[in-house]
Amino acid sequence: MRSPHKTGIAVIGGGIVGASVAYGLAARGEKVTLFDEGDIAFRAARGNLGNVWVQGKGAGGPAYADLTRRAAKDWDDFAHDLGAESGIDLHFRRPGAFFFCFTEAELERRSKTLTDLDAQATVPSRFEVMDNAGIRRLLPEVSSAVVGATFCSDDGTTNPFHLLRALLSVFERRGDYRPGHPVARLAPDGSGFRVETPQGDWLADRVILTAGLGNKELAPGLGLSAPIRPVRGQILVTEKLKPFLRYGISFIRQTVEGGVIFGESSEEAGLDDRTTPDVIQTTAQRAVAALPLLANAQVVRSWAALRVMSPDGMPVYAESAAHPGAFLVTVHSGVTLAPFHAGPLATALSAGRLDPAWQPFSSDRFSVPAS
Amino acid sequence: MFQRLDLREFDTSFTFAGRAIPAREGENLAAAILRADIKAFRSTPRSGAPRGPYCMMGVCFECLVTVDGEPNRQACLETVHGGMVVEPQAGAAEINR
Repeated sequence: MRSPHKTGIAVIGGGIVGASVAYGLAARGEKVTLFDEGDIAFRAARGNLGNVWVQGKGAGGPAYADLTRRAAKDWDDFAHDLGAESGIDLHFRRPGAFFFCFTEAELERRSKTLTDLDAQATVPSRFEVMDNAGIRRLLPEVSSAVVGATFCSDDGTTNPFHLLRALLSVFERRGDYRPGHPVARLAPDGSGFRVETPQGDWLADRVILTAGLGNKELAPGLGLSAPIRPVRGQILVTEKLKPFLRYGISFIRQTVEGGVIFGESSEEAGLDDRTTPDVIQTTAQRAVAALPLLANAQVVRSWAALRVMSPDGMPVYAESAAHPGAFLVTVHSGVTLAPFHAGPLATALSAGRLDPAWQPFSSDRFSVPAS
Repeated sequence: MFQRLDLREFDTSFTFAGRAIPAREGENLAAAILRADIKAFRSTPRSGAPRGPYCMMGVCFECLVTVDGEPNRQACLETVHGGMVVEPQAGAAEINR
């Protein structure tokens, strides 16, 4: 049998989360190997809406609100630096975004949720509550069916494909990128860890699990637990049109290329990433109900993707108690949190110790002590 | 460059960028424009580079034209009707308001 390759830090999973962490670690001088199953994987990175989203994030968990707000604020510098390093324009824009409400009751609930959240969060992020006339002043295309909205100027968008490509292209200059290397098994080995792939084995001093939905199967081998599940979202995109949507709307945005993307569905569908006519129809109807002129846009494609969801929707950042040096990083918001993953988290992983301030994101919160 | 297989007389015509093109009623629009030796159907939204039909089966979206004021139609999926006014799709379309 061939003797295993050696590496410093093995990052398992090359989506936006894994690529952000690997990029950040390599920038800090670490010897990193990034294992990527490839585009056959259930890549949330390739199917998401590309929102850098702040408003409403962290309701019920102020630590998540603060984490999100800090990362979102860092997006300007992050996009600028990564864009310059990679030569790839991330299409990051921050015009601010609306969350539309179709009934008075919904608007009232929404406004209360954001007010409560704001009182708990320590990092500021302003939002406004608007009635239909208020929205119309900024977005004349809005339908009268929209009763009101919350608007947050910290919300933005990026092109997730450009983001992933930029992260990987810069990482490849300093680190070892291994596409087509699905990891079959992870286990402690001596003072480090063994990474098993069909192309051979690696021995790593440390291992970081960023495998999205794959984390669930791989985590137990490292004494970690990733109780995550797939939540399906279905998305449509229109023909390319001259820019007409100046602002984002929670479930609708126009890309820099001109296509309008929209999607808001949330389904428990296991590992099935197909679209279904009923959800596509409802999504299209809701988009036209919000912006009637979208009825004049031709939809050219639809797809589904699977969110990586923890029981409370918040990220999990954890180190294995049984096998120190093994870390779990699993989040639903890989785009919004990219500056955190490539920045402060990479610094902590490089030092080999998570910041105690991230205790609210430990996986301990999911284990109910036996009574 | 292209030769007709259907040798019946043309029985109608439409215009592309103002030029009258003879055709058979009901034939494929992209085929009729190509036969008139026109290769640039549109220009791209990003760089303005010229583009023409590539797949001829509705997949590549390279043959986009405006048909009777309706932008971003795939010429390879459209049927010729007499008097049709076809224009090249110049960059991204404006959404109809």
